[in-house]
Amino acid sequence: MTRFLAITRTEMLILRRNRWLLVATLIMVLFALALTFAGSAPTGTLGVDMLTVSVASMTTLSVYLAPLLALMIAFDAIAGDVDRGSLSLLLSYPAGRGEILLGKFTAHLAALAFAMTIGFGTAGAVAAFFGGAGPESLMALVRLILTSILLGAVFLALGYLLSALAKGATAAAGMSAGLWLVFVVLYDLGLLGAVVMDKGGTFTQSVFPWVMVANPADAFRLWNIAATEGVAMASGMTGAAQALPNWAAPASLLIWPVLGFALARLAFRRVEP
Amino acid sequence: MTDKALSIDHVFKDRGKTRVLDDITLSLAPGQRVALLGHNGAGKSTLIKSILGLTPIQCGAIRIGDATPGSAQARRETAYLPEAVSFHPALTGREQLTLFAQLSGAKADVPGLLERVGLSDALDRRIGTYSKGMRQRLGLAQVLLGQPKVALLDEPTSGLDPISRQDLYAIIDELAAQGTAVLIASHALTEVEARTDRIAIMRKGRMVADDTLNNLSALAGLPIRLKVRASANAEALAAELGGNRINGASVELLCSPDDKMEALRRIAGLGDAVADVEMTPPKLEDLYRHYAQEERL
Repeated sequence: MTRFLAITRTEMLILRRNRWLLVATLIMVLFALALTFAGSAPTGTLGVDMLTVSVASMTTLSVYLAPLLALMIAFDAIAGDVDRGSLSLLLSYPAGRGEILLGKFTAHLAALAFAMTIGFGTAGAVAAFFGGAGPESLMALVRLILTSILLGAVFLALGYLLSALAKGATAAAGMSAGLWLVFVVLYDLGLLGAVVMDKGGTFTQSVFPWVMVANPADAFRLWNIAATEGVAMASGMTGAAQALPNWAAPASLLIWPVLGFALARLAFRRVEP
Repeated sequence: MTDKALSIDHVFKDRGKTRVLDDITLSLAPGQRVALLGHNGAGKSTLIKSILGLTPIQCGAIRIGDATPGSAQARRETAYLPEAVSFHPALTGREQLTLFAQLSGAKADVPGLLERVGLSDALDRRIGTYSKGMRQRLGLAQVLLGQPKVALLDEPTSGLDPISRQDLYAIIDELAAQGTAVLIASHALTEVEARTDRIAIMRKGRMVADDTLNNLSALAGLPIRLKVRASANAEALAAELGGNRINGASVELLCSPDDKMEALRRIAGLGDAVADVEMTPPKLEDLYRHYAQEERL
């Protein structure tokens, strides 16, 4: 079991050495701070504290950034080693493929967790300092950080899947960009189109919320919005959340990383270095 | 228990419609050094990858000691140096070798191993700054981890300067002395000649030769070249011996190993007419050409 930790240690070293960790954390801090200040205007009209509004803005930010950052590390995980010719050597050692994947996943997830916690934490602290915070808004911030890490885990696993399926690192990068576009942008546009066509029929009433929550990015949004009344008000998006049972969004966001990892493991088994 | 460190028994592998391994049989005893020769695409790397369990075979059996390829035991007991090996450029040599030591589970003296391959100055430099030869040495250092039963070296001399080749062969001898069977896939014919116990030659997925250099020479029946220098009249000498005149003063004769002594006696019988005799046995390169290029049905 110590073998996967050896891989984890080495991967952490690489993320620190090639400045990925620094850049990702910096991006998170800058975007979170910018959104907190830019989005602080409606505080008075809604009657909620500034941290609540800040969390609502950062939720929208995280839907885009968490998958992007995760895919940026994950696409190279297998295809990069194949390209360098070092995967065959790694696989000639006693560590199994599952251990190698788990070792990389642990390191990458820890790096994402670090960037998320520092980024959202800093912005949250600034918002609380200037505009006040309550127990409920602090809970919302903690929830945002934890669910962002989960969302990152989903896209790490999906990134490994693409990295195992792709012919090389460049192809894996292209496929990852496509995956991001589909899950984060096109999926919602498609649903929006379907709802408009349906004009409030049975699809909109009963099918639409489930199709929506099946997408991990939307499940992330719904979980954060449904859990806090203030955040829901600030983001102005309550309809879909009310149509679903409370467990739907957490279940989706918890099942996806496991499913994604299992698929990546299966695809990795078929890789011939 | 078997007494073979590595045994390959009637192995077949198809890739699409082409047969990349065609009835390969080869075995290595502990401490034996075997050179695996062949053109690009002859199947050397594929054979090595099937020994490692990285690519499946259709038919036949491979055993590392008693273990099947890819099993945990087999992976503990094999060391591998890939062709043109490369590592993550952001790591240092020490960090990379430490990872391999931890993965192999062997207690290892990492700085000592890096010094053994001549990398002690570059211990804490990033691999991204290494030359091709230095990366190859780092690859060699990880082969020395633990005490492998079998070491598979794929083109180990590529990118090495002549002095590091000497080091490489010293390390191979060291491995063999500790009982590791070493399989060296190579193009560098002249070097493996003196440095290996046996030579196996592959052509288009088939094993066309597997024997000691001497036996291979005898089997191939390649001619021995005799160059006779005349003291005065080369024309007369050529007529007498029946060879070709190659320059003003010399005659070249080709004879089989069996006829060698007979030819020498005839030359000696000519007395003063002969100034000098030079004898060249067939070289590995001639042998290799004979086995690897000749289309035999």
